[in-house]
Amino acid sequence: MNDTSQPTPPAGEPVLSLRGICKQFGAVSALTDIDLDVHAGEVVALVGDNGAGKSTLVKVLAGVHQATTGTMTFRGQPVTLTGPNDALSLGIATVFQDLSLCENLDVVANIFLGKEMQPYALDEVSMEIRAWTLLNELSARIPSVREPIASLSGGQRQTVAIARSLLLEPRLIMLDEPTAALGVAQTAEVLNLIERVRDRGLGVIMISHNMEDVRAVADRIVVLRLGRNNGIFYPHTSNQELVSAITGAADNAVSRRSGRRQAQQDSGEARA
Amino acid sequence: MSSDKVSPGAPALDRADVRVRHDAGLGGAVRSFIDRIRSGDLGSLPVVVGLAIIWTVFQSLNPVFLSSSNLVNLLFDSSTVGVISLGIVCILMVGEIDLSVGSVSGFASAIVGVLWVNVGVPVVIAILAALAVGAAFGVVYAALFNRLGMPSFVSTLAGLLAVLGMQLYILGATGSINLPYDSALVVLGQTLVMPAFVSYALVLIAGGAIFMTGYRTAARRRAAGLTPPSLAGIVARALAFTVALELVAYYLNQDRGIPWMFGLFVGLVVAMDYALRRTKWGRSMTAVGGNREAARRSGINVRGIYMSAFVLCSTLAALGGVLSAARLASASQQAGTGDVNLNAIAAAVIGGTSLFGGRGSAYSALLGIIVIQSIASGLTLLDLSSSLRYMITGAVLAIAVIVDSLARRSRVSHGRA
Repeated sequence: MNDTSQPTPPAGEPVLSLRGICKQFGAVSALTDIDLDVHAGEVVALVGDNGAGKSTLVKVLAGVHQATTGTMTFRGQPVTLTGPNDALSLGIATVFQDLSLCENLDVVANIFLGKEMQPYALDEVSMEIRAWTLLNELSARIPSVREPIASLSGGQRQTVAIARSLLLEPRLIMLDEPTAALGVAQTAEVLNLIERVRDRGLGVIMISHNMEDVRAVADRIVVLRLGRNNGIFYPHTSNQELVSAITGAADNAVSRRSGRRQAQQDSGEARA
Repeated sequence: MSSDKVSPGAPALDRADVRVRHDAGLGGAVRSFIDRIRSGDLGSLPVVVGLAIIWTVFQSLNPVFLSSSNLVNLLFDSSTVGVISLGIVCILMVGEIDLSVGSVSGFASAIVGVLWVNVGVPVVIAILAALAVGAAFGVVYAALFNRLGMPSFVSTLAGLLAVLGMQLYILGATGSINLPYDSALVVLGQTLVMPAFVSYALVLIAGGAIFMTGYRTAARRRAAGLTPPSLAGIVARALAFTVALELVAYYLNQDRGIPWMFGLFVGLVVAMDYALRRTKWGRSMTAVGGNREAARRSGINVRGIYMSAFVLCSTLAALGGVLSAARLASASQQAGTGDVNLNAIAAAVIGGTSLFGGRGSAYSALLGIIVIQSIASGLTLLDLSSSLRYMITGAVLAIAVIVDSLARRSRVSHGRA
C-alpha cells in the first residue's frame, strides 16, 4: 500500500469491509486479494484501467457474481451474497451504467418497478407522494412524475435511477459510471446528487474513468490494477501519481504526453 | 427537507416546478389534448376518426348499414373475434406475437363439438376442456420462448399449422358437427339479448362507477396534498359517457337489443383493462414490453410474465373459438381459418396497441374489432365478393400499422416514446 498521506480519517461507522476477496473465472484471476473499506457518509471512487476488475468487484458486491474466497463484512456482520436479492435486502443498491429504466413508463412507475404498493389495486397516490419525497430529498429537478421517462434528459434520468435505488433505504449505494454519458451541466448535477446522498449518511462507491469527477466528489480513491489493490489516494493527489498507479508505470502514454506539452510551454516561455 | 404535509400557501408537491405549464379547467384540458396529439400520443383518436369515415361511407352507400338490426348483428359478430383480439392485446403488450390464435380457436370449437355432441360430455365440461387445451398451447409457446429462446413468431407459425392439423384430425371424415339449436350455448351465440331495462341499468352503473372512482381519486389526492383533477371535469366525463351510451342502448333496443355475448366480451375487456392498468401484474407486463432487461433487474419474474401473456392469449383464443361455434351453431373444418387470425391481430393494432410492445390498452380490442366488423358488414351489405373484402381489410390494416409507426416516430422526436 503506497498511501500518500492521511489528511482526514474517514468519518462514520464502517459500512462495508472486504478482506482478501478473490474471484476466478476458470484460469483467469479477475480479482486477487482485494481489500476495501467504505464508511457511512463517505464517497469511495473505484478507478482503474479497462480489465482492472472494477465491474467484477461491483458485481460481487451486487450479488451477481460470488467471490471465490475472501470475507465480506457488512455493518459489522460477516455476510455471504448468493444472489442479487440478498444484496438488495441487506441494503446494497446498485445504479447500473445503462440505468435500467423503462422508457414507456412514467417516473413513479419506474421508481416503484417491482416494488409496487398494493399489488392488486395499485396505490398511485401514496406512490406519487413517496416519489416526490425521494426526488425532493435529492433536490432533483423533475418537472412532472407523470411524464414517461423518454421525455427526461440524461441527468434527470440519472436522478430517477438514483432515487429508485434509495427507495429501499440502502446503507450502501454503488454507481457504475454515473457521468459517462452526460454533458457538463448534467455531470455537475449528478455530482451534487452524489454529495447529497453522502450527506444523508450513506456509503457510496462510484466507478468512473473521469479523474476530474473523481477528484471532485471522492473522499478516497481506490485504484485497482490487474485485479489487485494498487493504492489508496486522496483527492489532492496529482494526476500523474494517479495515472501511474492506474497504468502501473511512471513512464506511460499519459505522462509522456504531458511531458511533451510541458516541454513546449517551457520552450515558448524561453523564447518570450 | 420535505414532508408529506403541505404548509398552506406553498404549492402542492407536484406543482413546485415553475418550468411546467399546468393546464387547468376546460380550456387547459383542450390545450393539453392538442399537445398530446401533435406529439404523436394518439391514443384512440385514429380509430374514432376511422370509424366515423367508415360509417359515413357505408351509410351513404346503403341506408340499412346503420339500422338497429344491422348494428345488433354487428355486435354479435364482433364478440367472437373480439375475445381473441383481447388475447392478442395481452401478447402484444410484452412485445411478442401469437399467429396461431385462429387455429387454436378453431381447435377449441372442434373440441366442444366432438366432446359435447359426439361423445356426450356435459357442455360445461366440454368448454372447460377446450379452454384447458388452449391454455396448454400457451404453456408450450412460453416454454419454447423462455427455455429454448425460440422467437414467438416462428413457434406460433409452426403452431398455426400443427393445431389446424389437430382440428382436422379430431373432426374426422365428416368435417362438420352441428350443435343443438335449442341449447343454451347456441342461444347465447345467436339470439340471447339483454332486456331493455338491464342494458339501461348497466350503462347507469358503469357511469356511476366512472364518477365514483374519479371522485375518490380526487379526494385522496386532495387529502395527500397533490393537485386533484377538477370535479367539474369528472362529472362532465361521467355524464357524457352515460348519456352517449344510454342513447346507443336506446337505439339498439329499437331492434332486438344488446347481445349478452357482447356484454360478456365487454366485461372481459373491462376486467383486462383493470388488470393491465391497476395491478402489479399489468405494470410488469408494460415494463417487460418496454425494457426487458430493466424489468429483470427490478426483480420482476420476466419468464413468469411471458408465461402469463402466452397462456392468457391462447386461452382467450380458445374462448373466442367456443363463442364462434355458438354463433355458427356448428364446429367445422373452416372454423378459425381464413381471416380470423389477421382480423384479431388487426383489431388490436387498429385499436391502438403497438406492435412494438409496451404500449396498448384492453379497449383497443373493443374499438378495433368494431372497425373490422363494420368493414366486413358494410361490404357484405354491398354484396361485394370476399376477394374485395380481403383487399380492403388488408389496406385498412396497412394504414393502421403505418399510423402506429408514424406516431411512434413522432413520439420519439417529441421525447415521449
